[in-house]
Amino acid sequence: MTPNLLEKQREDRGERSHRSLNLGGALAAQTTPERPAEAGAANKSAQVAFLVNHLNAWFHQLEALSNVTLQIPATAVTAIIGPSGCGKSTFLRCLNRMHELVRGARLEGEIRLFGENIYGPQVDATLVRRRVGMVFQKSNPFPTMTIAENVTVGLRLNGIRHRALLAERVEKALQMAALWEEVKDRLDKPGLSLSGGQQQRLCIARALAVQPDVLLMDEPASALDPIATMKIEELIQQLKKEYTIVIVTHNMQQAARCSDYTAFFYMGRLIELDRTEKMFTNPGNKQTEDYVTGRFG
Amino acid sequence: MTMRVNLAYHRWRKLKSGIMSVVSFASAVLVVAPLGFVLFYLIKVGAGAVDWRFFTQLPKPVGEVGGGMANAIVGTLVLLGLASLIGVPVGVLGGVYLSEYGGEKVNWWIRFGADILNGVPSIVWGIVAYALVVIPMKGFSAYAGGVALGFMMIPLIMRTTEEVLLLVPNGYREAALALGVPRWKVIVLIVMKTAVKGIVTGVLLAAARIAGETAPLLFTAFGNRFWTHKLSDPIAVLPLQIFTYAISPYDDWHRQAWAGALVLILMVLAINVGVRFLTRERFSGAER
Repeated sequence: MTPNLLEKQREDRGERSHRSLNLGGALAAQTTPERPAEAGAANKSAQVAFLVNHLNAWFHQLEALSNVTLQIPATAVTAIIGPSGCGKSTFLRCLNRMHELVRGARLEGEIRLFGENIYGPQVDATLVRRRVGMVFQKSNPFPTMTIAENVTVGLRLNGIRHRALLAERVEKALQMAALWEEVKDRLDKPGLSLSGGQQQRLCIARALAVQPDVLLMDEPASALDPIATMKIEELIQQLKKEYTIVIVTHNMQQAARCSDYTAFFYMGRLIELDRTEKMFTNPGNKQTEDYVTGRFG
Repeated sequence: MTMRVNLAYHRWRKLKSGIMSVVSFASAVLVVAPLGFVLFYLIKVGAGAVDWRFFTQLPKPVGEVGGGMANAIVGTLVLLGLASLIGVPVGVLGGVYLSEYGGEKVNWWIRFGADILNGVPSIVWGIVAYALVVIPMKGFSAYAGGVALGFMMIPLIMRTTEEVLLLVPNGYREAALALGVPRWKVIVLIVMKTAVKGIVTGVLLAAARIAGETAPLLFTAFGNRFWTHKLSDPIAVLPLQIFTYAISPYDDWHRQAWAGALVLILMVLAINVGVRFLTRERFSGAER
C-alpha cells in the first residue's frame, strides 16, 4: 500500500493529518496532446492533481477514449466539454476507477493522482474512490436514509461509529454544500423529502463528508432549474478553494462561467486543454473554435 | 360535421362494446368466484369442528370421537421453519448473485434452470428428499420433509429476490461505490436494504405456496398421530392429516378434515394479507 492511501486510512479514524498538497494558486497547465505530460515530475505533483498518460478505454470492442494525455491542476475547476458520446463521462469515470465497474469495460494507460498511480497493482479501487468523490447527473440520495444518514453513509459504511465525529462531519459537509441553513432543523427527515436542487447539494455533501481530495461532477446541474443550477455553480466556486474539481458539462456557458480550465473532447480524443478564457476566446484548435462558437455539436 | 353520424352503425357499435364489457366482467368474477366458494363452503362445513380442542388436543385413537390437530398445526410451522432454513439463505443469495454478479450467459442458464425447477411436480421433490435424507437416515423424519419443502422454496425465492433487487436503480449502487464503500457492503447495506420489503414479500409468498404441499411430504415427513420430540422422527403436518382423515371411513374424521382445510387456508390467507400489509406503501426504492 502506498503512503498516501495509508494516510487516508489514518484520516478516516479522525486523525486527519495535514495534507501535503499545495493549496496555492493553480499553475497554468498548457498541456496539449502534442506535448505529453512528464510522468513523475515531483515538483509538479504538488500542483497537478491528475496526470493522465496515454489513456485508452474500451467498452467491449468499442473504443471510448483513445490516447488521452493531460494534466488536471489541483484546487481549480477543470471543465470537460464535448458533444454527446465524445468520451467525457468515460474519462471522468476512469479518474475514480468507476469505469471498470461496467461489464466489458477495460482501459490501458496511466493515471497518477498527486503522483500516485491509481491503477497500480497494489492499489485498492475502493481507497481510490474515497479520495476521489463523485456527484452524478441524477441526484441519488439513498431512499432508506435520513438527511443526516445520507451525509454520513460513506463514513459509517467504512466503520466509523464515533457519534460526535459523525455529527461534526454532518454539519461541516452540509455547510460546505451550502445546505446547512435549509436543513439543520430536519436532519432526521428522509433525504428524498428535499427538492431536486437540495437533493443534489445533499449528494455533494455526502461526497464531501468522506473528505476526498478531488470532486468529480458528471453534469451535476443538467437536471436542475436555473436557480438550483446557479446555486450549484456558486458552490463550485466555494469548493475550489479547497478541492480539485473536474466537471463534465453539456452546457458551454456553464463551463465558461465556472471553470478555470477547459478540456475539449471529440470522438474519444482530447482536442485541446487550456485556460477557460483562452478556450472560449482564442482557442488553439480549429475544431475547438467550431464547437465553442456553436458551429457543430 | 360531427352531427352527421350513421345512427344504426353507432347503435351497433355501442351494443358490441356493451357485450364485451359484460363478458370481460363475468370473466373477472369467474376468477375470484372459486375463492369465495371455497371459503364459503369450508366455513360452512369446517367451522363447526374448529374449536379450542382442535388447536390444543392430539388426534384421538380410532373409534373415539373428538380430539384435534394440535400436533399437525405445530408440525406445519416446524416444517415451514426447517424449509426456510434451506430456502431463504440459498434463495436470497442466489437472487443476489443473479442481480449483482452473474454474467449474462451464466444468468440465462441459472434462470432457465430455476424456471424448470419451479415447474417440477412437487411429488418429485418428495422423491428427491426420500433419496437424499430418508434412505441415508433409515427413516421418515421432519428433516426429510423440511428438505423437500426447502428445495421447492429455493427457485421461488431466488427469482423474486432477483426481480426486486433489479428494481433498485443503479444510481444507488454507483453512488455508494463512488464513496469508496466495498462492493459487498454496497449490496447488503444499500441495495438489499432498499429492497428489503420486496425480499420479505418473496419469502412469505414462497412460504404460503409450500404451506399447503402434500405430495412431497407423503414419504418424507410421513405424518404422526403424536407429538414429535425429535426432528429425526416422522412429524404430523396439516395437509397430510387432512388427506388421511378425508380418505378415512369415519364421519368425525371427515369433519376434522374440513376443519383442518379451513385452518390451513386461513393460515395461507393470513400470510397473503401480511404481504399486502407490507407492500401497502410502494417500496421506496422502486418509485424513481
